[in-house]
Amino acid sequence: MLRERRRFLYPIPTRHPLPSQWPTGKPERKPLSRNVTALTAMTFLIFVSALALLAPVVAPAHPMQVNTAAQLTSPSRTHLLGTDLLGRDVLSRLLYGGRLTLGVGLLAAAVAALPGLMLGLIAGFSNSWIDSLITRTMDVLLAIPYLLLALTIVALMGQRLEGVAFGIGLAGIPGTVRVVRAAVVSVRQRPFVLAARSVGCTGTRILWRHILPNVAGTALVIATLQVGWAILNASALTFLGVGAPPGVPEWGAMLNEGRLYLREAPWVAVASGSMLTLTVLAVNLVGDGLRDAIDPRLRV
Amino acid sequence: MLVRAGAPPQAIAERRAQIGWDRPLTEQYARFMWSTARLNLGESWITGRRVTQMLSEAAWPTLELALGAMLVAILVGAGLGTLAASFRGTWLDSGAMIAALLGVSTPVAWSGLLALLIFSVALGWLPPMGSGDILHLILPATVLGLASAGAIARLTRAGLLDVLTEPYITVARSKGLPGRLVLARHVWPMALPPVLTVIALQFGFLLGGAAVTEAVFARQGLGRLVVEAVLSQDLPVIQGIILLSASVYSLVNLAADALHWLLDPRVRE
Repeated sequence: MLRERRRFLYPIPTRHPLPSQWPTGKPERKPLSRNVTALTAMTFLIFVSALALLAPVVAPAHPMQVNTAAQLTSPSRTHLLGTDLLGRDVLSRLLYGGRLTLGVGLLAAAVAALPGLMLGLIAGFSNSWIDSLITRTMDVLLAIPYLLLALTIVALMGQRLEGVAFGIGLAGIPGTVRVVRAAVVSVRQRPFVLAARSVGCTGTRILWRHILPNVAGTALVIATLQVGWAILNASALTFLGVGAPPGVPEWGAMLNEGRLYLREAPWVAVASGSMLTLTVLAVNLVGDGLRDAIDPRLRV
Repeated sequence: MLVRAGAPPQAIAERRAQIGWDRPLTEQYARFMWSTARLNLGESWITGRRVTQMLSEAAWPTLELALGAMLVAILVGAGLGTLAASFRGTWLDSGAMIAALLGVSTPVAWSGLLALLIFSVALGWLPPMGSGDILHLILPATVLGLASAGAIARLTRAGLLDVLTEPYITVARSKGLPGRLVLARHVWPMALPPVLTVIALQFGFLLGGAAVTEAVFARQGLGRLVVEAVLSQDLPVIQGIILLSASVYSLVNLAADALHWLLDPRVRE
């Protein structure tokens, strides 16, 4: 009888095409050494950074050297990526610009990560009113569009690349605090924290010696992803006319310049635009790789 | 309306008194709240026009753009995420996720430029500049939408994978439900809330993206108003924009939370 009923409720399984092998376990850690995509991206980033650092050695020309005889020449043997409106060598500008673009990204990520980590640690670990104070403040800041924050800070600090990095970094703090705080809250419930407390560790010691090491990985993942985010936003600010001062070979500024004579000389915009995209993509892939290796359940 | 730098102190003091900056902060705040409550946000220091009027004029094109972009982002993001989750570990998964990352990693200025070149200049399918009808909206909305589709795709994939590993999914599969039915009936409704949250959070990103998109496609809108207001230090307009965007952001997030409450009976208890 029961058997009959079951058949009625659930028709006899027929062969349905499976979407694929569906996952059966929770996401697992995947060491970086086995992550081909992340390793490729990392190699690319190391290559680009090395070239940018060695720009004075490897660049065929000075990035600001104007050559009115060679305006907007197409890529050739003397100018591998062509020249721009003022006859400056695009490849050299790209190499020198890499220092600025990557520098802005790293500086902004540092500006976002360090205060963000501190505030997140304090918020996640302290008693309720400090926690709510920090969390509410960050929620208020999150409701203000980050572009407005960054724009305002850049407008106050003047049109310099450091200002851009600071503006973007400060605008990135609330997001960092949110993620770090969540990580701290989940770590402080684990048994080893209770064990540390029961043998008489002070709160400060628990925070520094037991909780910080356990959320550092998460913070690293966030900081890495923020490098890419910062590079993108620096180029957006430049595009809106508040980023890099004119003439500076920052990639976003080059893209912006190249836009003006895109029809005549597409190589300027194409070279800088593709480098921007590839670099940010590589940074994000490395960030994802780190996440899979350190904290696979992190949602970012 | 603004006093020139280096103007005589008397002129500066006069101007400060005119704006009310010589009053105590608490009084200034009370005045601001009182006029805001009556929907009076003051006048622009640069153009002298009423801020509420400037905002309402700029808000519509941006709302259009934001809704269009959200539609694109949700369709593409949810599609890629579902594809990646149901084919986890295959080349379809990594392909979809790299495509999503590529969308996140491309500067809107660059993708907008490429889209303009390909679809307006080379193929001539869509109008390049300006705003107005739906044809003018397609390119900007797609460019902006693809930039925020990545985040939605990643969250969708992670959320679906979380649910797919639950025992009741194994039950649904073992009683013979076809895969797409399991996805539609058992997986998606449970995976939806976090995705809704990230969609709501994307609204904060949209205004920033809209500023660049509006500049690329020569559209009017809030994004351009923000940039102009900040660069010309037009404080009443900046205040108005912050008030408007923070309200929209809070409302959208409130709506996402309410939907979460409606969708997931576990939250209600």
